[in-house]
Amino acid sequence: MAEPRVLRIEDAGMLTTVQDLGRPGHAHLGVPRSGAVDPDALRLGNRLVGNPESAAGLETTATGGAFGFAHAVAIAVTGAQCEVRVDGRAVAWGAAVPVPAGSVVRLGRAPSGLRAYLTVSGGITVPPVLGSRATDLLSGLGPAPLRDGDELPVGPPFGEPSGSEAVGRPRPGTVELVLGPRHDWFTERSLRALDGATYEVLPASNRIGVRLGGPAIEWLRPGEELASEPMVLGALQVPPNGQPVVFLHDHPTTGGYPVVAVVRPDDLVVCAQAAPGDRIRFRVR
Amino acid sequence: MTGMQVRVVGDHAVLVECAGHDEVAAAYSLLIERRADLDAIDIVPAARTVLLDGLRDARATGDLLRGWPDPAPVTAITGTVVEVPVTYDGDDLDEVARQWDVTTADVVRLHSSTTFTVAFCGFAPGFAYCTGLPADRGVARRAEPRTRVPAGSVALAGEYTAVYPTASPGGWQLIGRTKLELWRPERDDPALLAPGTTVRFVDG
Repeated sequence: MAEPRVLRIEDAGMLTTVQDLGRPGHAHLGVPRSGAVDPDALRLGNRLVGNPESAAGLETTATGGAFGFAHAVAIAVTGAQCEVRVDGRAVAWGAAVPVPAGSVVRLGRAPSGLRAYLTVSGGITVPPVLGSRATDLLSGLGPAPLRDGDELPVGPPFGEPSGSEAVGRPRPGTVELVLGPRHDWFTERSLRALDGATYEVLPASNRIGVRLGGPAIEWLRPGEELASEPMVLGALQVPPNGQPVVFLHDHPTTGGYPVVAVVRPDDLVVCAQAAPGDRIRFRVR
Repeated sequence: MTGMQVRVVGDHAVLVECAGHDEVAAAYSLLIERRADLDAIDIVPAARTVLLDGLRDARATGDLLRGWPDPAPVTAITGTVVEVPVTYDGDDLDEVARQWDVTTADVVRLHSSTTFTVAFCGFAPGFAYCTGLPADRGVARRAEPRTRVPAGSVALAGEYTAVYPTASPGGWQLIGRTKLELWRPERDDPALLAPGTTVRFVDG
């Protein structure tokens, strides 16, 4: 008799959500793109277990978590490089690992990087909303953040796990910015200082945005109001206090504060994987 | 005449700048019409701008758009028309009447006799900023936002009217409520009030 294909949340850790590649294409209706904030890690994890890259997996935060499987699956853990154990036995990170029926997979705290991805052969098959299974913390679309005891359906396997491939690891460091669209809202001095400036990631950061503390980016005309305008992923939005926020995948579709610059797509993962207390250095292109 | 005013937004997006809501409507309408010539994943209007996002090459699209002629004004009602039945019993009716220096009956009359257009969505999925109020009928927001505004609340703030599609915190002045379902995420067109939609509020 076949066991039901179910993933049970034994320990959701600090925050665990279902994520796929999100729901782009609905921003004109006020729908955030959502999806994995380190999409390359999710794609890799899906390839490793034989899924299409767009299948849904779990995104854990900082503390990892524990996940039980009633049936035998292949899993992979990617993103933040954490310890992975199956029923207490240490297994490979960044590779497909067979998990026997009735086992518990535990992801440990990551020494570097913030968010790890657990992908499962067959993917997580909660009902999609607007074409995506992703949890959107801003608008509440998709499944709620997971709680201990929750059970999630898992699909039938798509194909053979691919085993392993060369795996990139989260990298700390420098983030390149493209100035604009509203760099003319800021003082020359602030713009010059932004190139090479270092900011600390603040604890209030989340999937909506990475809040940074450091040199204030000064408005040229304090008190001026910007008509609400559309926002993009990676936008460096600057509220009147001058402390910037980097928008991640659950960012609002429109905003009323000027965007001084946009993070280059290849470098956004540095922001997405930065933990509170980490430092980010900007370089202006 | 001068072509579109375009700002590059990172590597994969551009922002088209417009003088006001009418110009946004014209630009948005043109961009949607010629969507096949663009490789945008998202085309998003807002108050004074339209964003094209998900482009392969923002600079190339910027150059292309600068060469386009000025968009023709949207003169006729071309989009969908939605009638929203409203019970005008909102907690802030008196406050809006006070701000406009009219009676609450006048507020209801003005709101239900105006033809609105959805200028853009934002704040929450399906939350449509509707323009059409006379220029002298702006509304100041509440000093203290409510922690929970029920779904279906009909509200005013600034130059806009809107209906809260889902329950959420909010600082707009509430003038009534509707039972019409504005947000249906299970549908292919989940928002009843998408940009460009014509909206009429009907008393009763």
